[in-house]
Amino acid sequence: MIKIVFFAALREQLDCAELSLPAADAKTVNDIKQLLSDRNEQWQQTFSNTSLLSAVNHDMVDGTHVVKSGDEVAFFPPVTGG
Amino acid sequence: MLKQEISIQTNDFSLADEVALLEEDNLTDGAVVTFTGRVRNNNNGNAVTTLTLEHYPGMTEKSLAKIIMQAKERWQIGRVKVIHRIGELSIGDQIVFVGVTSKHRQDAFAANEFIMDYLKVKAPFWKKEQITDEGKTSENWLDAKNSDTDKADLWS
Repeated sequence: MIKIVFFAALREQLDCAELSLPAADAKTVNDIKQLLSDRNEQWQQTFSNTSLLSAVNHDMVDGTHVVKSGDEVAFFPPVTGG
Repeated sequence: MLKQEISIQTNDFSLADEVALLEEDNLTDGAVVTFTGRVRNNNNGNAVTTLTLEHYPGMTEKSLAKIIMQAKERWQIGRVKVIHRIGELSIGDQIVFVGVTSKHRQDAFAANEFIMDYLKVKAPFWKKEQITDEGKTSENWLDAKNSDTDKADLWS
């Protein structure tokens, strides 16, 4: 399984903090995004935001990053700390 | 000696205590540069009442450690401390602290600014502000600023 986590405005828009997907369903981060977008209109709209960032196992990655079972994949808006 | 360089915490910190830790038994560094960020009472013309800080446990620490490592590769610096608060904060509260020591001031100034600039665009923290507009309160997540990205890009 792949663990998927969401943060900040994204978590609130989706009303979801985390979920799991079978590793066999997705090869890359972009595949995961597509699967999530396909859930329903709300998710599709949320994931159409091109400024969303992604991380795998706590490192920022782009959509072509290959995922495997046991990975933690995160999606979140641009950061605003400091 | 500094026990840890990074602290993500809900509680407040003391600038005096942090400076004392940077200086304690440290006779090689002549420069101590600190930055403290605080909650403003205004943003984009709105009256801010409180600010809520969220982070990504694990990744935040990892990204800050990477930023500190990059600073150490770039400048001759001694001790580094980064504190970032999370949770609900009020106007005037301290949010963030960056302290850097070095033999001479130039490296400490530059490394401190670099760490702050990179923290702003790379460390996974998000601010949500509660604002009052003509008596009505609302809350919204802050948008990332292009000026912060531009500023960080100047270091590359």
